[in-house]
Amino acid sequence: GCGCRSRQDLLLLSPGTPPASSPFGSLWPLPQSLRVSPERFRLAPDQFQIVHGPGSSAGSSCSLLEDAFRRYYEYMFGYSKWQNRDGKKSLCETELSLLQVIITSKDSECDKFPSITSDEAYHLQVSKPTSVLKADKVWGVLRGLETFSQLLYEDDCGSYFVHESVISDFPRFAYRGILLDTSRHFLPLKIIQTNLDAMAFNKFNVLHWHIVDDPSFPYQSTTFPELNAQGAFTPKHVYTPTDVHNIIEYARLRGIRVIPEFDTPGHTQSWRKDILTPCYSGKHPSGSYGPINPILNATYDFMMKLFEEVGNVFPDDYIHLGGDEVDFSCWSSNPDVTEFMKKKGFGFWYSKLESYYVEKILEIVTSLNKKSIIWQEVFDDGAKLQPDTIVEVWKKFLYQLELARVTKQGHQAILAAPWYLDLISYGEDWKSYYGVEPLNFMGSKSQKELVLGGEACLWGEYVDGTNLTPRLWPRASAVGERLWSSKNVTDISDASKRLTQHRCRMLRRGIAAQPLFVGYCTTLEQ
Amino acid sequence: MVAFRYHASSAAQPGCSVLDEAFQRYRDLLFSSSWWQPPERTRKQHAPEKSSLVILVSTPGCNELPSLESGENYTLTINDDHCFLLSETVWGALRGLETFSQLVWRSPEGTFFINKTEIEDFPRFPHRGLLLDTSRHYLPLTSILDTLDVMAYNKFNVFHWHLVDDSSFPYDSFTFPELTRKGSYDPATHIYTAQDVKEVIEYARLRGIRVLAEFDTPGHTLSWGPGAPGLLTPCYSGSHPTGTFGPVNPILNSTYEFMSAFFLEVSSVFPDFYLHLGGDEVDFTCWKSNPDIQSFMKKQGFGNDFKQLESFYVQTLLNIVSAYDKGYVVWQEVFDNKVKVRPDTIIQVWREETPVRYTKEMELITGAGFRALLSAPWYLNHIAYGPDWREVYMVEPLDFKGSPQQKALVIGGEACMWGEYVDSTNLAPRLWPRAGAVAERLWSSELVTSVDFAFKRLTRFRCELLRRGVQAQPLSVGYCEQEFEET
Repeated sequence: GCGCRSRQDLLLLSPGTPPASSPFGSLWPLPQSLRVSPERFRLAPDQFQIVHGPGSSAGSSCSLLEDAFRRYYEYMFGYSKWQNRDGKKSLCETELSLLQVIITSKDSECDKFPSITSDEAYHLQVSKPTSVLKADKVWGVLRGLETFSQLLYEDDCGSYFVHESVISDFPRFAYRGILLDTSRHFLPLKIIQTNLDAMAFNKFNVLHWHIVDDPSFPYQSTTFPELNAQGAFTPKHVYTPTDVHNIIEYARLRGIRVIPEFDTPGHTQSWRKDILTPCYSGKHPSGSYGPINPILNATYDFMMKLFEEVGNVFPDDYIHLGGDEVDFSCWSSNPDVTEFMKKKGFGFWYSKLESYYVEKILEIVTSLNKKSIIWQEVFDDGAKLQPDTIVEVWKKFLYQLELARVTKQGHQAILAAPWYLDLISYGEDWKSYYGVEPLNFMGSKSQKELVLGGEACLWGEYVDGTNLTPRLWPRASAVGERLWSSKNVTDISDASKRLTQHRCRMLRRGIAAQPLFVGYCTTLEQ
Repeated sequence: MVAFRYHASSAAQPGCSVLDEAFQRYRDLLFSSSWWQPPERTRKQHAPEKSSLVILVSTPGCNELPSLESGENYTLTINDDHCFLLSETVWGALRGLETFSQLVWRSPEGTFFINKTEIEDFPRFPHRGLLLDTSRHYLPLTSILDTLDVMAYNKFNVFHWHLVDDSSFPYDSFTFPELTRKGSYDPATHIYTAQDVKEVIEYARLRGIRVLAEFDTPGHTLSWGPGAPGLLTPCYSGSHPTGTFGPVNPILNSTYEFMSAFFLEVSSVFPDFYLHLGGDEVDFTCWKSNPDIQSFMKKQGFGNDFKQLESFYVQTLLNIVSAYDKGYVVWQEVFDNKVKVRPDTIIQVWREETPVRYTKEMELITGAGFRALLSAPWYLNHIAYGPDWREVYMVEPLDFKGSPQQKALVIGGEACMWGEYVDSTNLAPRLWPRAGAVAERLWSSELVTSVDFAFKRLTRFRCELLRRGVQAQPLSVGYCEQEFEET
C-alpha cells in the first residue's frame, strides 16, 4: 500500500533524535513571504517533470533554464537518503507531477550575464497536479527552483512530498557575495565550481574573485604572458583563459556574477618588477620592491592595457580595483618618488600619492566602460571616486561609522567587515554572523539605500582545496540569509533548526559542509 | 631501489603479516605515484644502485599486539655497502620503514634516490596518542582507518577511541544490544559492529598502533539511559522526578551488575591491557537532588561531600575492571577528587587551568607516584586563526617541578580531537598537519625545539601527506607541486 510505517516507530525515542523541526521546514534562506499549508502532495521521480509553462517567453532554446531544470531534478531525486532506490517505479499514485516555469516578461535575459540590477524575484505556487513558478527573468527562476527543491522532503519510506504553499520572494540586498582568494593558495577549478554550486544553494549571486596578490599571480594574461610566467607558483598553478571562461559561464548558469579583483597599488609583489617601485636603502636600491610605481607613465600604459584585457575577459560591469593596505615606506624611500611628491605639492602626504594613482586607475576603468569597487582605504584616504564607485567596508573596528561616512558622501557600499570567515574560532560562530544587521548605523533612509549588500570573505593564508569547503559552509549560509531574507528574520533558534537541515541537504548534494553542532544527518555522511 | 626483503637472520620472515603488509603499503606509497616533490638539494653525482632495503628484526612477535612496553627502536644504515634496517621488534621496523619512506625521493627522470644515511632512532615517550570522539558525531569506518594510516606516518602509536558519550552510543554491544538500538543516532547506519571494531583493532595493529577504548562513566552517559532503564540517576525537583537523568546511579546494586557484565564484554573485545574508564566532569546536581541518594549519603557517612560518592562508584568500577586483568587510564578528576586507585593507574591531564595549571597538575600526579599522560595543551578541536601548530609544538611535557623519577612517570601524551564540531567533512584538515606537531614533540628529543626548523620540515611533510592522499590543510601561504583535488 501507500502507507509508510515510520522507522521512528521502530526506533522509539533515542537521544539522537534530530531537533524539533521549524515550521518553515528546511528553507534557507527564508523567503520574504510564504504560506505553507498542512496539506501535502506526493511526488515520484518517474512521474515528475519541470517544464516551460504556457505563455513563458523562454523555451527549450534557453540553455540556462534547460541546464537548471536538469540540475534541480537531480538535486531533488538524485541524492536520495535511500541508497538503493534504483529508480523503481512508484507503487503509489502521485499527486504533483508537473512544475511549470513561466517567464512573465518579454525579455527573459536568458543569454545575458547577471548584473547588480538583475531581477531575482519569483512567485511559487505549489498545488496539485501542477505547480507554477513565475518570474520576470531567468534569475528569479533559478532562485525559485532552489526554493522548490528545498520544499521537497522524503519520508522514512522514501516517498517524496511537498506541502501546499504559496511563496513570493525577492532578495533584500542585491549584492550577496563570497570572496575567494586564489593567490595565497591556488584553488583548483573543481573547488571553485563546487563552491559556486554551494553559493547557488544559498542564493549568493556574486563571486568576488581575488585572483592575484603578493604571493602569486595565477591569472594568465594574453596581453602580458610574463605576468603568470614569472608570478605563478608553478606553471601548473595557473588559470588559463579557458579556465576563466569556464568559471564565468559556470557561475552565469547559476545566476552568479564574477567580479575579478586586480588589487593595486599594494598587494602586488607577484607582478612585473618594472612597474613596481624599487625600494631604497639610503642612496642605493635595496633590491626589494614595493607597491606599483605611481610616478611612471609606463605604469598607466600597462594598467590601461591590462584592464582592457580584464574588461573583455570578465563580462561583469564591475571590476574590483583593490587599493587596500598600501605600505608607504617603500615610496618614501625612493628618491624619484620623493621628487615627484615635491613636484606635485603633495608634501609628505603619501595618501595623496595613493589617491593620485587610484584616481587615474578609476579613470582608466571608466574609459573602458566599466565600474569600480574599491576597498575602504581609497575612500578613507581622500581619493575622488567616480559617482558609481562602490566602497567595500572591511575594517572591523567601528565599521558602522564607516558605513555612515561612506553613504553620507553619497557612495554605494558593500559590507564585509563582520564577515571575515577566514578568522576561525572555536564554537558556533555562525550565530554572530547571523546576528549582524547591515543597516544598523546612523543614517537617513536614502543613505541606507546605498548599502547594496555584503560579502563573506575567505582569505587564503590558511585555506586551500583541502579545507575551503568545510570552512566556508555552512558558516557563509548565515551571511546568505542575512543578505537575502527580510530584516525581521532574526530568530536564531528557528534558524538553527532550518540551517541544520540545510547543511544535511548540502552534504547530500556533494558539498562537504561541516557540522553546526553535535548531531547527525540521516544520510551517511561521505 | 626495488623492494624490501627480510635478512636471513631476521626473526621476522615472510609470513609476518605486520611486515609483509607494511612492505606492500610502503612499496605502493613510494613507487606507484607519478609525481614527487623535488628534494631540497640535489647533487648530481654517480649514485651506486641499490636493489633493496634489507630488514632484520631481532625478536619475534609478529602476531602479537603492540603494548605500552613495546620497543620501537631502529637503526637505518644506507651506504655504499648496505641498505639495512635493523630493529628489535616488528614495531621498530614499522617506524624505520616510515622514516625510510620519508628519505626516498625521485628525480624528474624517474629514478629513485636516497642519500647516504645513518639513523639511530627511538621514541622519547612510549605513549603517543590521538583521541577521536565518535559520539558527538559518528565517524564512518573509512575515516577512522584513514586516520590510523596518517597516525602511522606520524609515528603515533595509540588510538584513544572515545566511543560513546552523552550524544550517542554507536558501539554495538552484544551483551546489551538495547544500548546501541536506543542510544545510537541510527542503529542501521551509525554504529560500529563487532566486525567494525575488529577491523579497527587489526588495522591499527598492523601499523603498530594500540587501541585504547574509552567507556566514560559515571558522567557523560546520557546515551546509555534509553537502552538501560534504571542505570542513570533520575533527577528530582523537590519530591518529584523531573523526567531528566544524570550520571550513572552509584547506589544501586543493579548498576554494578550491569557494569560487571558490560566491562566483561569490553575487556574481551578490546585486547589492549589498558581500558580508559573516563571519570571526567561528573555533575553532582542530579545526585544531590535525588532523595534515595541523599539517604545513601547519610548512611555512608559521606555528609555533603559528593566527591566521596563519586569515589565510591569509581573505586567499585576499578575493582570490577581489575578483576578482568585490565589496567586503566582515567581523566584527572579521578585523581583530583581523591579516588583510591591502584598505583599503576595512568592519569590523563586535560584541564588547562583548573583546579590548577596543567603543569602543576603533572607535578602533583607524578609526585603522588602515578604515571601521567598530557593532553591539556593539545586539544586540537580548539581551533583559532593562524599557525596554532607552533604553540602545540612548543609545549615541553616535562616542564614542571619534579625529580627525574617523577618525570619518568610521564609516559607521553595525546592530541585530542573532540567531536562537537567535527565529523568526516572536516576531520582530516583539522587534524593534519597540526597533530604532527604533537607527534614530533612526543617522539623526538627534547632538544628539537626550533620552530623554524620544524616549519621547514612540516611544510614539506604536509605536501608529502597530500601526495599520499591525505587531506592535510596548509600551514601558511604557498603551494605543493600537486594540490589536493576532490575525488
